[in-house]
Amino acid sequence: MEHYHMNLTLKVWRQKNSKEQGKLETYQVKGISSEMSFLEMFDVLNEQLIVDGKEPIAFDHDCREGICGMCSMYINGQAHGPWQQNTTCQLHMRAFKDGDTITVEPWRSKAFPVLKDLVVNRSAFDRIIQAGGFISVNTGNAVDANAIAIDKKDADDAFMAAACIGCGACVATCKNGSAMLFVGAKVSQLALLPQGGPERESRVLNMVAQMDKEGFGNCTNTYACEAECPKGISVSNIARLNSEYLKAGLTTETK
Amino acid sequence: MAFTGLFLILFLIVHASINACIFLNDGGKTFNEMARFMSHNWIMRFLELGLFAGLITHIIQGLMLWSQNKNARPVKYAYSQPNKNSKWYSRSMAILGTLLLLFLVMHLSHFYVDTKVALYVKGDAPHNLFEEMKEVFSVNWIVGLYVAGVIALFWHLYHGFQSAFQSLGFNHKKYTPLIKSIGFGYAIIICLLFASMPIAMFFDWIK
Repeated sequence: MEHYHMNLTLKVWRQKNSKEQGKLETYQVKGISSEMSFLEMFDVLNEQLIVDGKEPIAFDHDCREGICGMCSMYINGQAHGPWQQNTTCQLHMRAFKDGDTITVEPWRSKAFPVLKDLVVNRSAFDRIIQAGGFISVNTGNAVDANAIAIDKKDADDAFMAAACIGCGACVATCKNGSAMLFVGAKVSQLALLPQGGPERESRVLNMVAQMDKEGFGNCTNTYACEAECPKGISVSNIARLNSEYLKAGLTTETK
Repeated sequence: MAFTGLFLILFLIVHASINACIFLNDGGKTFNEMARFMSHNWIMRFLELGLFAGLITHIIQGLMLWSQNKNARPVKYAYSQPNKNSKWYSRSMAILGTLLLLFLVMHLSHFYVDTKVALYVKGDAPHNLFEEMKEVFSVNWIVGLYVAGVIALFWHLYHGFQSAFQSLGFNHKKYTPLIKSIGFGYAIIICLLFASMPIAMFFDWIK
């Protein structure tokens, strides 16, 4: 693809802290290379802001390889921008043209309060994992990896669900701010494997209870989460979450 | 939502089948007999209570969903492109449902109050529901409203049918595409049937 440079107008959400009201501010960036990543473009803008004596824009990032789930921008009305199955760090500027205006906002969810500018607090996801996203294992020597026979399809489905990087794009995208794709993936990856057996019922009940407590919305099956998920997590995991929850709710003896 | 939705989906099959008797072109004889059975058989009247309970539960569940989901995003996006990732009707179930509720108010006042409520208020009297239908559907704007209501019903059913199975935890590589096709066929057939009734009566195609 041909290399080109572009000048852009950015409308970026600026917010001092979680208490104060934020607003969209407009910035101009010049000479952006089409081969830069979206975050590198933000680095250029931030350096320019520092030179101008202004506060740089706070945004989350870590691996910049599309595998850690830290980056979290809502770009031009879509989580992680216009490309499919892609994180913000892997969105390249060739997705845009010279003269484009790009609006960048943080994830919007009651459960993900804005800490500063584009940074939101996603520890609600950590608390959901703490509520049940674990298994019991014997201590001592590691068991041989192939000691337990697992059906190939179940292993594949569990692996596909485990691809979730917990970035929160599903919540950000869902019109209801629902976290069911995330919770569905985290419940599925363990429910599909024999290792997840011992806590199978309590896991789904506790994780869903924590999800509700955090203030996430409910799934109305628009499937927008699946379309925007950078890892292509399937909504079949939400159906599995629903059936696991129904079964556990009907059979459990704990209140 | 899913349980009550599927229950109401089953009801619509009964409703559309009985109403389709007007197309027998026997001056509404069979249809009037069916209507009398539905309003006089105590089993039917008992099931009708279940129907209203299902409908009201569906509405209450919908309102609870709507309010919880609204609270989950207190600050809205300044710019969002939902059309890039989902269908408009899947996002519009609440508004479609509200339209259907408004439609139901009109629909029940046309045909329910006169037949079933009147049984207790005015006492039992022979009813020619077929002629009443003809009279109601002789007014063009009422026919228009009924067709509009059926269009809202189509989109509501088109999303709701397959959505109910997903909510009940059923998503299968082989069967989900089949469920989606059946849902589409169901929505088309039910809605074409319902829409054809006021239209056929308005143009006097039924004798």
